[in-house]
Amino acid sequence: MQTQTNQPVTPLDAAAIRADFPILNQDPGPDRKPLVFLDSAASSQKPAVVIEALDDYHRRYNANIHRGVYQLSELATGRYEQARHLVADFIGAASHRECVFVRNTTEAINLVAQTWGRRNIRVGDLIVLTVMEHHSNLVPWQILAEETGAELAHVRLTPDGRLDLDHLDDLLARDPKLVAFTHVSNSLGTLVDAAEISRRARAAGAAVLIDGAQSVPHLPVDVRQLDCDFLAFSGHKMLAPMGSGVLYGKKALLEAMPPYMGGGSMIRKVELTRSTWADVPAKFEAGTPAVGDAIGLGAAVEYLNALGMDWVREHERDVVGYALERLVEVPGMTLYGPLDPAARSGVVSFNLGDIHPHDVAAILDGENVAVRAGHHCTQPLMRELGVVATTRASFYIYNTREDVDRLVEALHVANRIFGLA
Amino acid sequence: MVHMVDSLYREIILDHYRNPRNKGTLDPADFSYEDTNPLCGDEVRIDLRVADDRVAAIRFSGRGCAVSQASTSILTEMVEGKSLDEVKSLTKDDLLEELGIPVSPARLKCALLGLKVLKAGIYGVDHTEDEDDL
Repeated sequence: MQTQTNQPVTPLDAAAIRADFPILNQDPGPDRKPLVFLDSAASSQKPAVVIEALDDYHRRYNANIHRGVYQLSELATGRYEQARHLVADFIGAASHRECVFVRNTTEAINLVAQTWGRRNIRVGDLIVLTVMEHHSNLVPWQILAEETGAELAHVRLTPDGRLDLDHLDDLLARDPKLVAFTHVSNSLGTLVDAAEISRRARAAGAAVLIDGAQSVPHLPVDVRQLDCDFLAFSGHKMLAPMGSGVLYGKKALLEAMPPYMGGGSMIRKVELTRSTWADVPAKFEAGTPAVGDAIGLGAAVEYLNALGMDWVREHERDVVGYALERLVEVPGMTLYGPLDPAARSGVVSFNLGDIHPHDVAAILDGENVAVRAGHHCTQPLMRELGVVATTRASFYIYNTREDVDRLVEALHVANRIFGLA
Repeated sequence: MVHMVDSLYREIILDHYRNPRNKGTLDPADFSYEDTNPLCGDEVRIDLRVADDRVAAIRFSGRGCAVSQASTSILTEMVEGKSLDEVKSLTKDDLLEELGIPVSPARLKCALLGLKVLKAGIYGVDHTEDEDDL
């Protein structure tokens, strides 16, 4: 596929997409089947255009940004800021100034908790989260609550793994200051009606933060349609290098927030005992940023734009729908989360009989099927489900129905080894 | 790697996983200690009775992957009747040799959890050693 053009890709032409990913086209080595990579929810693979963008930066115009008046630095600065514009357009931000480059989703949420949170949250204030949050959208608020004396409350789940919106309404009646929730559960795959939750939260006077780590890579996300105050996501789950992440924030909010880290780049004027801050987003980008990684994120956004996020969503719905159909055939299968593919994104969590997920994953690895096993950084959710861990297969643009077939075959191998079938 | 996984789930592991030896608890016990492997949530508890400075009885309980549970089961057989000094001098290599299977770095924490718990119990420490120190 040529990603420099804006030609639409033939629907479900995953073979052409796979050709763009060097890691999927390696020789798997003797006695090893070709790799089936089903752990994109942890970190996606990278297409050649992203790897080349990173390489090109380091070979041709590596320089620090916003400082040098020489050509290399101007080129690097231009590409870094171009990546910011690409990201802003990708999520429908009103201005590129609303997009702060951070390392990852975790850093984005901590930034909000430690700046907006410390400025706005007081003793007795309520922060509403959900029980299916990733630890990165639980722990920063626990730290803030500990510091401020704020209270935390968590929206419950329905039996099929969706958010209980009646319970949300009960909590909203208590006038929370903030509602922070995941758009897509990284453990269950549940796709949350983020626009509706945002609407209700705003009507109750709360600020809204959305964890977009599992949604921005997988479906069209528009911050104006969601009407959220903050959106946090990671580049490395959407084809970009690790070290690239984004905090979107409404400009007026970002401007009112105190800085996160102090240092170079984030200042306007420094005296020995006091300083003033640069305009947003620079105010939140202290020190030398991950320039090459941000440029790589720009290349990743261009690649996804060429595919079209509607296509990405449709492709995943097809593959995940097929996976749900095939997985129920496997003896001993317990699936978690909604069974309707329209109500979930690219994640399928399951358990196989009483075989521990780590044993399942190890046997799958023997078949060269890479999945995640464990609590997926959602220990409270695991407790809610009554399990210690699950096996998780997560899908992305390069996965196919054939990958699902390989997963199912490998699960039969696990059943044979453990004598279940 | 195919061979590695096949041999990881060799009969000895599956046998001890399905039919664990010395499974249960001791009440009263001279030592009782438990720990978890946060990576995969494996849990192991070991209860021990000592007579004449020897392991008079040992039981383990817990839940987790086949590797963690089977290796703990095998470990309990290794230390039954041994003197406490002999148990203290037991190394991770002794246990891995007894398992007789190739354990990848990712599964080492699983394979050595039982030994970690046993040593922590015997030394009576709150903070167990790293796997590297076993």
